[in-house]
Amino acid sequence: MNSVRKQRLIVVLAVLAGLAIAVALMFYALRQNINLFYTPQQVVAGEAPLDTQMRVGGLVVDGSVNRNEETLDVTFDITDGKGSFTVHYQGILPDLFREGQGIVANGTLISTSRFEAEEVLAKHDETYMPPEVQDALEKAGHPGAKKADGYSE
Amino acid sequence: MVWQTIKRWYHMLGSPRYFHTFSSRVLPWLTPIALITLVTGLVWGLAFAPSDYQQGNSYRIIFIHVPASSGALMGYMALGVSGLVAVVWRMKMAEVMLKAIAPFGAALAAISLITGSLWGKPTWGTYWQWDARMTSMLILLFMYVGVIALQNVIREPRQAARAAGLLAIVGVINVVIVKYSVEWVQTLHQGSTLKLFGESTINPAMKYPLLISMLGMWLLYAVNVLIRARSEVEWRERRSKWVQTLIREGGK
Repeated sequence: MNSVRKQRLIVVLAVLAGLAIAVALMFYALRQNINLFYTPQQVVAGEAPLDTQMRVGGLVVDGSVNRNEETLDVTFDITDGKGSFTVHYQGILPDLFREGQGIVANGTLISTSRFEAEEVLAKHDETYMPPEVQDALEKAGHPGAKKADGYSE
Repeated sequence: MVWQTIKRWYHMLGSPRYFHTFSSRVLPWLTPIALITLVTGLVWGLAFAPSDYQQGNSYRIIFIHVPASSGALMGYMALGVSGLVAVVWRMKMAEVMLKAIAPFGAALAAISLITGSLWGKPTWGTYWQWDARMTSMLILLFMYVGVIALQNVIREPRQAARAAGLLAIVGVINVVIVKYSVEWVQTLHQGSTLKLFGESTINPAMKYPLLISMLGMWLLYAVNVLIRARSEVEWRERRSKWVQTLIREGGK
């Protein structure tokens, strides 16, 4: 490689390295804001701001979903295994909402144990399989089958 | 030995004229293979693959969404390499490639965003969230559009290539962010299903049509790049003797 090209290569690589470092630092500085939601652990620990618009995310606790028979009010607990709190929502839940499923809720935190949601989104994992396979896994008592509990809901 | 072969190919394909004859030989069989592969994968996935245990049939959009997204990301990596060669070695074919790779990649990035959005509504309950994966993918589309725009806005083709090349190189950082956004930060978007190392979390009856669709999309991208690069080469070399002869012979 002749010296002119070598110099150009060095300049380009230096620019790239510099920008990569800048981006990495930016990511590091903004790491809280880049995360789409606060986890239950953060909420319980009081790291999440009260009375401001924000998102929380976690797994819906089994057996915690309470629907009001006459209105669209629903309450449920969400957890990440390190903390849990109650979410209240009024409206239609997405199809994939079920116990044990990951969700992201947008709203305000009233206290470290109660969240008023204006919008509830269902997260889904990266697992795809036919229903028959899921049934077979469930019968065999495979741990991966647990996620689909309440599918008939 | 391998290095020697790569080096020989690099120099041969670096010649616009050699590239032109080479692509005329490759395209007649690569085009049908690409189309057959893509159609096979899509028909298999959309019509014959089993439905999903949670999402039912709506998961089938994966057969378009994932091939488009992976194509857009790989295309950008290729764009970055072309940019590097164009900026450092000033190779003409790299400048041609810089121009040939961008449009299809931009289209795929747009398809990825649109299909993802349509998939998001029934599964997540929203068309769009500003989460890290979606935002970085939108930036990828803007990078593609930026590279295309820079090439069009600067008249002198060699200067245009250098500017666009630099932008292409810088944008590679964003490709890394798109890829790892779902692992580094909390996102609404789920993690990767297909894993290069380790077991993929998708049933084989769904995985094979998906892999075939992806391969088909990549091949179609390659076909598109070859066709675009050919016309760009013809335009750039329009005053040369071999292109003049080509025109006289009726473009065959």
